[in-house]
Amino acid sequence: MKTQGHVFKYADNVDTDVIIPARYLNTADAAELAKHCMEDIDPAYVTRMKPGDIMVAGWNFGCGSSREHAPLVIKTCGTGCVIAKSFARIFYRNAINIGMPILECEAAADEIQPGDEVAIDFDTGVISDLTTGKTYQAEPFPEFIQNMIQKGGLLASLKEM
Amino acid sequence: MGMTMTQKILAAHAGLESVKAGQLISAKLDIVLGNDITTPVAINEFTKNGFTQVFDKDRIAIVLDHFVPNKDIKAAQQSKQCREFACSHCVSHFYDVGKMGIEHALLPEQGIVTAGDCIIGADSHTCTYGALGAFSTGVGSTDMAAGMATGTAWFKVPSALKFELTGKLPPVCSGKDVILTIIGMIGVDGALYKSMEFTGSGVASLTMDDRLCICNMAIEAGAKNGIFPVDERTKEYMQGRCEREPVVYTADEDAEYEKTYVIDLSKIAPTVACPHLPENTKPADTLSDIKIDQVVIGSCTNGRMEDMEAAYRTLKGRTVAPGVRCIIIPATMQIYRECVERGYVTAFIDAGAIVSTPTCGPCLGGYMGVLAEGERCVATTNRNFVGRMGHVSSEVYLASPATAAASAITGRITAPKEV
Repeated sequence: MKTQGHVFKYADNVDTDVIIPARYLNTADAAELAKHCMEDIDPAYVTRMKPGDIMVAGWNFGCGSSREHAPLVIKTCGTGCVIAKSFARIFYRNAINIGMPILECEAAADEIQPGDEVAIDFDTGVISDLTTGKTYQAEPFPEFIQNMIQKGGLLASLKEM
Repeated sequence: MGMTMTQKILAAHAGLESVKAGQLISAKLDIVLGNDITTPVAINEFTKNGFTQVFDKDRIAIVLDHFVPNKDIKAAQQSKQCREFACSHCVSHFYDVGKMGIEHALLPEQGIVTAGDCIIGADSHTCTYGALGAFSTGVGSTDMAAGMATGTAWFKVPSALKFELTGKLPPVCSGKDVILTIIGMIGVDGALYKSMEFTGSGVASLTMDDRLCICNMAIEAGAKNGIFPVDERTKEYMQGRCEREPVVYTADEDAEYEKTYVIDLSKIAPTVACPHLPENTKPADTLSDIKIDQVVIGSCTNGRMEDMEAAYRTLKGRTVAPGVRCIIIPATMQIYRECVERGYVTAFIDAGAIVSTPTCGPCLGGYMGVLAEGERCVATTNRNFVGRMGHVSSEVYLASPATAAASAITGRITAPKEV
């Protein structure tokens, strides 16, 4: 699996309240929710981003609430991947469970600049910044999690058991 | 190498003699929890993936607490979906308006959770039940759906940080000041993926409400769970309340901790977390020139009886400052009733505050106290992120009930001893 797109860059501690504000959580409709993705930190994200584009952020991405609506809106609006120095644990778990691609890579998060064109190979974890020509190696997922992703998420993998 | 308290609970629920940090396990669940925001997503996933039966109707808790009594039509639809699911699967612990409370105050109060349990909840503050000596952690809706279907969940066994508490809190301080101080010290990802295990001679002096508040905010340091040892006070609290027999686990003497912090409770001062992260803590008495528009006393963090008592002690016979809205929200119907019976509600109303039935409402900017552009609120809630309680330019200052009530009277951030 591969993705390629332009980079939107964010700081440390991007929380679930700015990813999808709770005032919109009176619905579970993913398409409706996705209109408000990143609204309180970057209101232009949903209009400027194109499918496959990539979020790059600092430490502790997705901190705060357990709302699965957060990775869901990022996925639904077409984001190809989130690269961060680290993820808050519930967000990490939720992203894997619903099949939203995420990668941990400190060097990539430090060096990749907003607007850079980046290609990602999820099978190898290699992140290529096509604008600068640099490549980075992301932390691989444990095998257990790789299997879950390959089967299409947590519930799909349970059905196989 | 020995195991931490958390590791022992996880090993027992995974059917293993021992586990170590980093190990991936599948553990049996004692309780699977969801609320009116997260359960609809879980129900959709549950149904979409072809599951038709819950693993055990007595091990699932669904609590309508975030947007009830329903704030609008969409919220009402979500509650209806939860109600119909709970009814069709005969879920024993379903709590609707009239019986509901804020989930993390309600479950311990009703004895649905107990010591030694392994609990997941589709709400990040599920870590609260560590106060009873349980392993309890927040997850998302898909994990809730999987938990409801199978009664199990996968976990990476966490490593741990040890917080050795000594001394005794000053009378003006409570559990909120302790946890805010700790988050200020280690940061919002200071315990990322780890357990926060509280121990030491100072534990005995902390009330159950203090411990529930401290574990509640473990997630604000990024932790997987927070946990207290079970002592006489815990046993007294659980006596006659818990429907299942408590199981007491203790950490091994040679358990491995990544780091130990020694916290002298007698040195804790009233503490406030300034916008927009819970780690931005300052002593309350250094913020006295910050004027406020609203005070909220309530939430899963601080809506318990002792929190109401602290608010009452300060507000009784006094008046909320002109221009300040003071919103008090007892966290469960039992607490609400007790506030009525003890005359607290009358005292709050006489002071110019309002008292709502239980709801998460304003904590997450849902309703019942949403902030306008540029407004400031002192809240006993748990998060002060950008836009958390309303407009993106509004500000939330997190504090204890004593500090929040004192601030309501003066109209600016105020340490309890000042009033």
